[in-house]
Amino acid sequence: MRRTRYIHIMIAVLALATMVSCREDDVIFIPEEVPVSIPEYTSIDGFYLLNEGNMGSNKCTLDYYDYSTGVYTRNIYGNANPSVPKELGDVGNDIDIYGSRLYAVVNCSNKVEVMDVATTRRIGQIDIPNCRYIKFHDGYAYVTSYAGPVEINPDYEQLGYVAKVDTATLEVVDRCIVGFQPDELDIADGKIFVANSGGYMVPNYENTVSVIDIATFREVERIEVAINLHRVICDSRGQLWISSRGDYYEEESKLYCYDIRKRRMVAELDVPVSSMHLDGDSLYIVSVGWSYITMQNEVTYAIVDTRSREKVCDNFITDGTDKEIKIPYGIAVNPITKDIYVTDARNYVNPGYLYCFGSDGVQKWKVRTGDIPAHFIFVGNNINEQ
Amino acid sequence: MIRGKPKPERMLRMTRFIAILLSMLLVVLPTVADEVEALDSILQLETVAVVAKHKPYQAVIPSQTLSGKELQQLNAHSVADAIRYFAGVQLKDYGGVGGIKTLDIRSMGTNHMGVFYDGIQLGNAQNGQIDLGKYSLDNIESIQLYNGQKSEIFQSAKDFGSAGTVYITTRRPRFEEGKRYNLRVMMKTGSFGLANPSALWEYKLSQRVSLSANVEYTYATGRYKFRYRKIFSDGTLAWDTTAVRQNGDVYALRAEAGLFGSINGGQWNVKAYFYDSERGIPGAIVNNVWKNAQRQWDRNLFAQGSLRKRFSSRYVMMLNAKYARDYMHYNNPDTTLMYIDNEFWQQEVYVSAANKFSIFQNWDVNLSVDYQWNTLDANLTQFVYPTRHTALAALATAFTYGGFKAQASVLGTFVSDRSKIMNGGNMLGYRTKHFDKFTPAVFVAYQPFEHHDFDVRAFYKRIFRMPTFNDLYYTDIGNADLRPEYASQYDVGARYTCHMADGVLRSINVSADAYYNYVTDKIIAVPKGTGQYRWMMMNIGKVKIRGVDATARAEFALPYGIGLNTQLNYTYQRAQDYTDPTDNADEAGTYKGQIAYIPRHSGSVIVGGEWQRLKLNYSFIYVGERYHNSSNIAANYEQPWYTHDISGSYEMKLGTTLVKATLEVNNLLNQQYEVICNYPMPGRNFKVILSFEI
Repeated sequence: MRRTRYIHIMIAVLALATMVSCREDDVIFIPEEVPVSIPEYTSIDGFYLLNEGNMGSNKCTLDYYDYSTGVYTRNIYGNANPSVPKELGDVGNDIDIYGSRLYAVVNCSNKVEVMDVATTRRIGQIDIPNCRYIKFHDGYAYVTSYAGPVEINPDYEQLGYVAKVDTATLEVVDRCIVGFQPDELDIADGKIFVANSGGYMVPNYENTVSVIDIATFREVERIEVAINLHRVICDSRGQLWISSRGDYYEEESKLYCYDIRKRRMVAELDVPVSSMHLDGDSLYIVSVGWSYITMQNEVTYAIVDTRSREKVCDNFITDGTDKEIKIPYGIAVNPITKDIYVTDARNYVNPGYLYCFGSDGVQKWKVRTGDIPAHFIFVGNNINEQ
Repeated sequence: MIRGKPKPERMLRMTRFIAILLSMLLVVLPTVADEVEALDSILQLETVAVVAKHKPYQAVIPSQTLSGKELQQLNAHSVADAIRYFAGVQLKDYGGVGGIKTLDIRSMGTNHMGVFYDGIQLGNAQNGQIDLGKYSLDNIESIQLYNGQKSEIFQSAKDFGSAGTVYITTRRPRFEEGKRYNLRVMMKTGSFGLANPSALWEYKLSQRVSLSANVEYTYATGRYKFRYRKIFSDGTLAWDTTAVRQNGDVYALRAEAGLFGSINGGQWNVKAYFYDSERGIPGAIVNNVWKNAQRQWDRNLFAQGSLRKRFSSRYVMMLNAKYARDYMHYNNPDTTLMYIDNEFWQQEVYVSAANKFSIFQNWDVNLSVDYQWNTLDANLTQFVYPTRHTALAALATAFTYGGFKAQASVLGTFVSDRSKIMNGGNMLGYRTKHFDKFTPAVFVAYQPFEHHDFDVRAFYKRIFRMPTFNDLYYTDIGNADLRPEYASQYDVGARYTCHMADGVLRSINVSADAYYNYVTDKIIAVPKGTGQYRWMMMNIGKVKIRGVDATARAEFALPYGIGLNTQLNYTYQRAQDYTDPTDNADEAGTYKGQIAYIPRHSGSVIVGGEWQRLKLNYSFIYVGERYHNSSNIAANYEQPWYTHDISGSYEMKLGTTLVKATLEVNNLLNQQYEVICNYPMPGRNFKVILSFEI
């Protein structure tokens, strides 16, 4: 009697032991290839999509879409660079191509990762604390950083700077102090325009664009725009399109247009902006605004004509897919086919989705991405130098 | 096991009364109380021991318990380390001596846990989380875990108010014949630069009153090596890196003093608790960032008292009171990041009265009424300075008939919050918010066989947790319109115990429970509007949890006087996210995905051996594969982890001094693992403990 009881217990223990699994070595992540579309042949080979990954998750990842095969490949960095500890890093914030090199700004990893465009292989990194956005000019990369000079001072307020990086040596060669917490920058007319946010200074946000003269690399002017500036894009007519995040309460997110030659503000549009992409004369905008009345996010998909400086489209998604998208986060437009790409960051912790719409606003395909899909860069001949 | 065997006539009388009494309970109770007080004089003869024996322990469903010797033998530094050995429990551990350690029972979430320290709940109105890593095992006598609630009715209303409850009980002074005092001095040292001296002094002030004082100091550098590596699918090494955990240092001072007394028909105690600490927050290890600079300071002070008195064979009363002050300071001095320097001050006042009436010998009724006041101050901009008044009333009844035990309770919770309405630094007025709710619980157990200690049990409980001050009022992310988060629990189980007078196997105890929990209106952070990572707390989550907890214990008496006791715990949990039914596209869909950090399989083994003055202990913890997110894809996969710990101790008498030396080796096989993604845990580590008792 007692013996059978032992046997039963032993059987139960063994049964449990087979249900549980053992720890194994972590294996380099094999990229996941998903065919999403039929091949398409233009001078654009594909695009990289940078997934930010939630803060602290170290899940900044790179995806690639290849037009010639119609295959979307998720999470390619680890496999392309199997010797890099802890992969790409924490919170990707911007991506760009200069020459044959791909630059990913990884905000919380305090670095700009430099890779080969064709192979995604790592070439090196540029250490810049709290780096945000990148642009290039004449062999130099210009990177905004929230991190000002390090000081021990209880009343310390952190001015940001723009780092000047020699793309040949990947060394920071100079720094130009700008406003508080500078975000996006753009380059036109021999000048760098930097949108200062002041995001750490709540409620005393910044309200200016810093103008840096490239030749002297000194700040020469401040343009007063609105509080909490975020994005800045220069169009072909010498107009700066600047977005303000607002203060999330009273001041709403808005879009401003500044004429560089006339040196004055020429338009103020009631268009909230989370992300925008300029294609020719069309500025494609997605935004999410929180309404304290409905306690819901209010989403817009707008197109602004940079010639008339007016909103020409309220919702460029025409097939109702917009109801499916929770948090539209990133946007890009293929300069040749005019296909529109919109990413959905969902709840920031689960994987996001990338939607492809034709120029008619009808969904062509959708694919799962990494966490917080956000920033695009097209790969092809001279397409980014327009 | 003592069970009431009611005579038929008493039974008849009882059924006649049930309906009437239940409906008239509130009217009848005060009258009963008056009557029994008149009988007080008879009880003058009773001693404390008689009071204790008067009624056998009445919990319908017993707790999981670690106490005394068992607890001392475990390689556990804090209450959190010990609690990992319970079935149904998952510990969130950020690693190291100073890392935050919070408890999740049956996947309902940390905020559904109630933690009681010497009978009174530890509060944190700010974020609802109790960091069990801060509670040292130095002076702890027992840790008990109850699912649902302690199924004993004579308790404060707050004891009915959580989905699961942990009771931490500190050592109560006991003196050997002829002794006036006990003194114990202990020193622990080992890995992580640990220096941990403590002293415990117990003094018998009189026959009825004794004093206990306990001081403990903890310092650790918190430095340990950790290693990350990855291989190619063919098994060759891709990368391998080792680093030292930085900014994990901790300094903590804990001082406690208490008076314990007995009175006619009862007992009382008062205690004061002080804790002061400074620690580094080691942070997540991500690419290119191997250390963090954030620091946290905590200062907790509370004083509490409890009085229990039996006024007659039918009426016993318990009064509890507490005052607590908590200070927390968080600082991020890294000038490349956002400078944060936040301070929070909390206060709590709590009073409670529990009254138990024995209507018959096998039928008790309890009425408890509690009141609590909480307030939070902070140096945040736009802070709304919330105050919360909570009144709780619990009516409970326990009934025993033959092998049948049942308990039912209903808890009324009445909450009133008041906060400022702020707009751009201007105060516009006050917002008040009221919330009333009644929630039930039913526990039953049945012992079908007279001569076998076997019972089957079941319980149902519906309870909620209030949104915390952070959920409601934290600048920017707080949402003042939040509702409470509900949890419904259904549990069935069985237990068997057998004691043998001779033979190798001396006792065996097995139990198993299957349960289903449904969490609704779960408070989760939802992305909000333009800008990066802005969140809003919303009542949108739904989680269904199906699980099995199984425990087995056995005691053996081996030849040569070797004693052996073993314990096995196993937990199966299918905890699925039902929040968003539209998110079911492919394997990445979160709908029905296993929720973050809950393994399907987990378990523990403890084997303790004793031979004369030598004790050896082996313990093993297993946590199966998990995902750090309810999207259960490869990118979110977390490896299983398991650690083997061993310890040995030897005791000897040097004159009147009892000297005990212990050596512990934790994570014997040096497993490099993470409980939380990017928070590496320590590998193999050591501890030496030396204690002197007089």
